[in-house]
Amino acid sequence: MPRLSYRKALTRALADELARDERVFLLGEDIRVAASHVTAGLFTRFGPERVLDTPLSEQAFTSFATGAALAGMRPVVEFQIPSLLFLVFEQIVNHAHKFPLMTGGQCAAPVTYLVPGSGSRTGWAGQHSDHPYSLFAHVGIVTAVPATPTDAYGLLVSAIRHDDPVVVFAPAGALDVREDVDFAALAPVPLGRGVVRRAGDDVTVVAVGHLVHDALAVAEELAGQVSVEVFDPRTLYPFDLDGLCASVARTGRLVVVDDSNRSCGIAAEIIASIVERVPLAAPPRRVTRPDGAVLPFAPGLDRAVQPGRAALTAAIHLVTKDGT
Amino acid sequence: MTDADPVRLYRTVRLIRRFEERAIDLVRAGTIVGGIHPYLGQEGIAAGVCAALRGTDLVTGTHRGHGHVLAKGADPARMMAELCGRETGLNRGRGGSMHAADFSVGVLGANAIVGAAGAILTGAVWARRRRGEDVVGATFFGDGAVNEGMLLEAFNLAALWRVPVLFVCENNGYATTMPVDGAVAGTITGRAEAFGMPAAVVDGQDPQQVHAAAAAAVGRMRDGGGPELVEARTYRFDAHHTFEHVVRLDYRPPQEVTAGRSRDPVRIQGGRLSDAERAAVDAEVEATLDAAVAYALASPEPDPAGALDHLYASGLNARSGGA
Ligand SMILES: Cc1ncc(C[n+]2csc(CCOP(=O)(O)OP(=O)(O)O)c2C)c(N)n1
Ligand SMILES: [Mg+2]
Repeated sequence: MPRLSYRKALTRALADELARDERVFLLGEDIRVAASHVTAGLFTRFGPERVLDTPLSEQAFTSFATGAALAGMRPVVEFQIPSLLFLVFEQIVNHAHKFPLMTGGQCAAPVTYLVPGSGSRTGWAGQHSDHPYSLFAHVGIVTAVPATPTDAYGLLVSAIRHDDPVVVFAPAGALDVREDVDFAALAPVPLGRGVVRRAGDDVTVVAVGHLVHDALAVAEELAGQVSVEVFDPRTLYPFDLDGLCASVARTGRLVVVDDSNRSCGIAAEIIASIVERVPLAAPPRRVTRPDGAVLPFAPGLDRAVQPGRAALTAAIHLVTKDGT
Repeated sequence: MTDADPVRLYRTVRLIRRFEERAIDLVRAGTIVGGIHPYLGQEGIAAGVCAALRGTDLVTGTHRGHGHVLAKGADPARMMAELCGRETGLNRGRGGSMHAADFSVGVLGANAIVGAAGAILTGAVWARRRRGEDVVGATFFGDGAVNEGMLLEAFNLAALWRVPVLFVCENNGYATTMPVDGAVAGTITGRAEAFGMPAAVVDGQDPQQVHAAAAAAVGRMRDGGGPELVEARTYRFDAHHTFEHVVRLDYRPPQEVTAGRSRDPVRIQGGRLSDAERAAVDAEVEATLDAAVAYALASPEPDPAGALDHLYASGLNARSGGA
């Protein structure tokens, strides 16, 4: 079976949607030359009307995309660095997100915001290493964080076809993941549907984005000691609570590993939603970035601030010891 | 009076040039993690502008910021240690290439968000002057930044409140791969003029011309004048970022690169010195940088236990991320 990389999966999703739907177009910085590699070949294939290289005017081009969406198009906006979402938070949250309600249902704003390389890219330091997906879940923007090439393809396709704004985070830590795939079987992945990546009986670990791969590795390491189920929500908002409840109802224990800052991060929301519904055998735990985290430059410091395998292992031991 | 001594100007451009070349070697060796945006070819701008400033004047730099930090007087050894992520670095290894700062010499920091630093510098200069200090400031930014609303808003604030800030546009023809002609409607100087700011174009490859323009503007600002803009036309000799050393991006015609590289600020300024003068500066710069690299490599990496040191100036203790 052919191997598909995460990055190429994003490219393929963009190409397929550009080919399928005239209304789809891309805009962003350096996307003609494809500095992020994600738009490689698309300018040549689809031309300057469908692949627009923008000046460094993020706030304007983000709202330009909103306008185009209100007028019937399906723009995909690529952002080179995750922190640019802070710059355009107003444009997304206060405009694209609010237009349908504020206009009494007169319009839709189907814009996709794509962030290839979110989270830490070691050595890019404080202003280029954020992972602000929880902010978007908080304000209620559809937020997807695919972990695998197949899901990167399928979630990006679904995002482009969705009638509301969607942010797709492609974590830097997942961009090099490769997978054997049958290209003919690549298909849209429904937004709001999670998946059990590994079945287990003792504890459910919810892992977001690239951390799915760490969770799977930890689960393997612990095999024989603790039976770990790994749940990948894939979409953070809306969240597949039914899917996760079914898992936790069986295991009775919950750990969430999430690359957000701790306070008001998605892990907090996941845990709160579960304890409202499912009785647990032990207090749930989360492994996150610290409160207020700013990623320091030096690689050893950068790693120390991110949730890692050691902290996840410790959390699993804590919840499986408590209450047994 | 400012320092337009040709030997000093040469020393600065030569220091930046060789610093960058050594930093690129350290990127290739894996010692500097995350790469750098080399300032090669643009050295004359930082050197010329900073020679027109005093130690107490303030500057902000860019993602391509090593030249600004060095020209303003930061210690090359501590700068190199910063790039290597060491505890002895200017920012204790917390900032790296894109955030290098040295407040003791008036460098409020390189900044990794394009167009963001101009307003910060404007506020800082305004505050110092309100406290009675006789300072001016210079903020460096690229041709890409002139399309960022926040920079244009800073132009307006500085002009409206007559804050003596020299806005220095380093026009190297490209924002990453985007040529100026494809990105800038109107002109760069026209943007300043729209806010009533004097604006001049200078040859950024000639450190002395940059210095002359900056010194004239700074002189007017010290005499009570408002902000001004200088557009320094320049050429980036190397990659946008060292990742381009690994992945080739096709956007600059080879003939253009050759022509651009033919006007070298280090050679132009070096030509104004005698062979003996130049050799003496070169030897001194080499010794300084040998020592800087040795210092950086001998310095310890920061203790991960202190990863969140300085997160809150108030001393607020952040909850850790662990279970
Ligand atoms: C607001 C913002 N947008 C995009 C980026 C990504 N980026 C970093 S440098 C750069 C190009 C900047 O071009 P220019 O201002 O001309 O400076 P140069 O790199 O040429 O020195 C881009 C797009 C960023 N860091 N900040
Ligand atoms: Mg430029």
